Amino acid sequence: MAEIPMVFILAGLAAYTLLASADFGAGLWTLVAGPGRAGRAPTREHARHAMGPVWEANHVWLIFVLVVCWTAYPLAFGSITSTLAVPLFIAAVGIILRGASYALRGQLEGVHGRHPIENLFALSSILTPFTLGTVVGGIASGRVPIGNATGDLITSWLNPTSVLIGALAVTIGGYLAAVYLAADAHRLGTRTLELDFRARALTTGICAGALALAGLLVVRYDAPSLFNGLTSDGGAAMIGFSAAAGLTTLFLVRRHHYGPARVSAALAVAAVIAGWALAQRPRVLPGLTIDQAAAGRSTLLAVIIAVAGGAIVLVPSLILLFHLVLRGRLDPAAAPDATVPTPPSITRKGRTRLLAAFAGTTLLIGAGVTVFADPGWARALGVICLFACALSTFSLATAQPDQKTSPSSGISSRR
Amino acid sequence: MTAILGAVCGVFTSADQDYLVQARQMQALSLAVHIPLVCFGIAFPAMVLFCEWRYLRTGDLVFRTLARRWSKVMLALFAVGVVTGTILSFELGLLWPAFMASFGNVFGLGFTLEGFSFFIEAIFIAIYVYGWDRLPPRLHLLSGIPVVIAGVTGSLFVISVNGWMNHPGGFELRQGHALDAHPWSALFGNSYFWHEFVHMYFAGYIVAGFLIAATYAWGFLRGRWGRYQRTALTIALSAAAIAAPLQVVIGDWAARDVANEQPTKLAALEGLGPTTRGAPEHLLGWYDGHHVGYGIEIPRLLSLLAFHDPNATVEGLDAVPVQDRPPVNVERFAFQTMVGIGTLLALLGAVYLYVRLRHRRLPSSRWFYRAVVLAGPLSVIALIAGWITTEVGRQPWIVYRIMRTSQAVTGAAGIPVGYGTLVAVYLGLAGGVGWLLLRFSRVPLEADRDG
Repeated sequence: MAEIPMVFILAGLAAYTLLASADFGAGLWTLVAGPGRAGRAPTREHARHAMGPVWEANHVWLIFVLVVCWTAYPLAFGSITSTLAVPLFIAAVGIILRGASYALRGQLEGVHGRHPIENLFALSSILTPFTLGTVVGGIASGRVPIGNATGDLITSWLNPTSVLIGALAVTIGGYLAAVYLAADAHRLGTRTLELDFRARALTTGICAGALALAGLLVVRYDAPSLFNGLTSDGGAAMIGFSAAAGLTTLFLVRRHHYGPARVSAALAVAAVIAGWALAQRPRVLPGLTIDQAAAGRSTLLAVIIAVAGGAIVLVPSLILLFHLVLRGRLDPAAAPDATVPTPPSITRKGRTRLLAAFAGTTLLIGAGVTVFADPGWARALGVICLFACALSTFSLATAQPDQKTSPSSGISSRR
Repeated sequence: MTAILGAVCGVFTSADQDYLVQARQMQALSLAVHIPLVCFGIAFPAMVLFCEWRYLRTGDLVFRTLARRWSKVMLALFAVGVVTGTILSFELGLLWPAFMASFGNVFGLGFTLEGFSFFIEAIFIAIYVYGWDRLPPRLHLLSGIPVVIAGVTGSLFVISVNGWMNHPGGFELRQGHALDAHPWSALFGNSYFWHEFVHMYFAGYIVAGFLIAATYAWGFLRGRWGRYQRTALTIALSAAAIAAPLQVVIGDWAARDVANEQPTKLAALEGLGPTTRGAPEHLLGWYDGHHVGYGIEIPRLLSLLAFHDPNATVEGLDAVPVQDRPPVNVERFAFQTMVGIGTLLALLGAVYLYVRLRHRRLPSSRWFYRAVVLAGPLSVIALIAGWITTEVGRQPWIVYRIMRTSQAVTGAAGIPVGYGTLVAVYLGLAGGVGWLLLRFSRVPLEADRDG
């Protein structure tokens, strides 16, 4: 049971890498938009708009990873966040900037001095995946000891393995974004953009593969135990699978099959994460196995129940969102549905009186019971009465919103 | 399994940290930035949906324009809330790792559940806002309902954690670590958290309502007073005006729970040194370490408010050692700010409701609208003062009477650098959001009327 929440964490990490790093990658492409056939401005525009409806949901995966980690493996979480405070803080600042650019997107058009701001936002798209990658590198290379900030604040994340994984995270983001953006351009029928992003996807895909191979060499000297894990048994199988899936993706992108390419890209990334987990198993931090790191039985059970229950709501919702987005139902140019408003309803005077009486009664009962009664159930009843009073008063106050009297006329005559 | 965890627990010790105060201020700053956005998360979706529902029922296009324009603001504020909330969850680990390592197994579940609320909110807010004119009208309205529900449950789960920090239970303590944790009962079987949640829920409507109303009242004073503006003002102001007087009742409940469960916090609210029978309340004044000086004394009021009995005995600050007391003057000032502003807002709300319900019109005095313009920022101040009251009143404990804030803090260096960076980033963010909202407000109404 101690391992189940770790599976959730890894799944969340894979989802975050696949979805949010593509968002960061889109930010990267706004920074290095040229040169391309489509030109700088349309490229930026395309990269900015494509992520629209899914940005927030993608982002929540990181929160999910954090909360499951601190609930199920609190000791490991405290050790990691205190030793790796610097890269995590930089990542947090990068996330603020990325969120700000999301909120402001499209509004900066034609504003004087927008380029430095846009570049700052885009820079945050490199900084965040890079620093989060260094965090992974610090953990994977065994540089986070147990304890409150007991590791080195600098070399725990500025070391060969960390820098390499950071660079790989940025490249994978760029690659995934290019694949998704090419697919979007294909769907929207903008051929030049599609070809541009296809070319970018192929380039960054090859870069990512090269970095991954170089990474294995670096890890061999920098973190031998991780290297042993990655090159034996399950770890090796996963790395091999990832390499095969990565090559398949390149082939599919080349042949313009973007839908299957998304799937194989997802498999490639998920396999790397699984390979890392298998290579490190059962060690979470040096001297801390997963059984030692795990919280007590009832906490683990609570997490599993919460995630299983949450998934029942979450999975259909996510499917709905991605269904709408990938089918283009939420695109700006989608055909509007005809609106058929029903005729105005008639308000009756008798009903207003009844509602007013109800509001008054619930106010008296609610306030009286909440203030003077002590048992929990009575207070609950009081609060329910207060809510009922609030709702009925609101309905009274907003009925016929002030149609005949315009107070401005009254004021102008008084002035 | 618990035995193994116990064996490694001793490794995670409290650290020497020269910048504990800065760490606390950094956390407080982040909360103060995030909490007003939470208010919009609680109240705004319900107001937007109300407008759309009215449009579907009456066919009145004003309501549709209103819902469309507000939903854009709602999405932008939600995006900013997402990132400021992310900072908070990072900071829990970055600033208070020993707290997380020792007690994450007890309260973490609240955040796990909140994570799912957050997911649902993020998914459906996107479908709702991007779905205007693209989904059939009724389906579009339905897609907004999960946003309303998730906004409420999200704050419920987070506040359940705060309720636990103030009134901890559901675990056994060994070597400063929580063992044998029972997260469900610790969070939701906790009698202390319900008043906090209801208080915050009403605060959400007060803050969001008055802030939105303030912008239209400002427009009114500048002569922008079409039917659109009047409708917008009526909806936002009605929500705030109803919640503000009811909040007084909820506040009374909160005060009595504090009196029963956290007597030291109550004593600090008033600055009550010795344990007193028939304790008075002082308005304003300064606590000098023993008594409140220069204040207006109202005899027996504290006993009456806290226990509904003018002769009740109220435990004073002297009941605990000096190092276990919160900073009394900060606490008094924050509490009186919250209560003072809250009372004014309740009065303003009552005036509005009287005119609106009795005469079926909006108030006509310019002074009323000047007061509403002020009420917007004042409600935010009251909100933050309220959170200072509950959080500073918990000091010096991070987990009330179990773990000190100084035991929870990180051993890592560089807190002042982080603090400075965060201040600069938040200033930039505030500037950006202000600029964005101003730009939204300048889009002509016709642009939204036709879709």
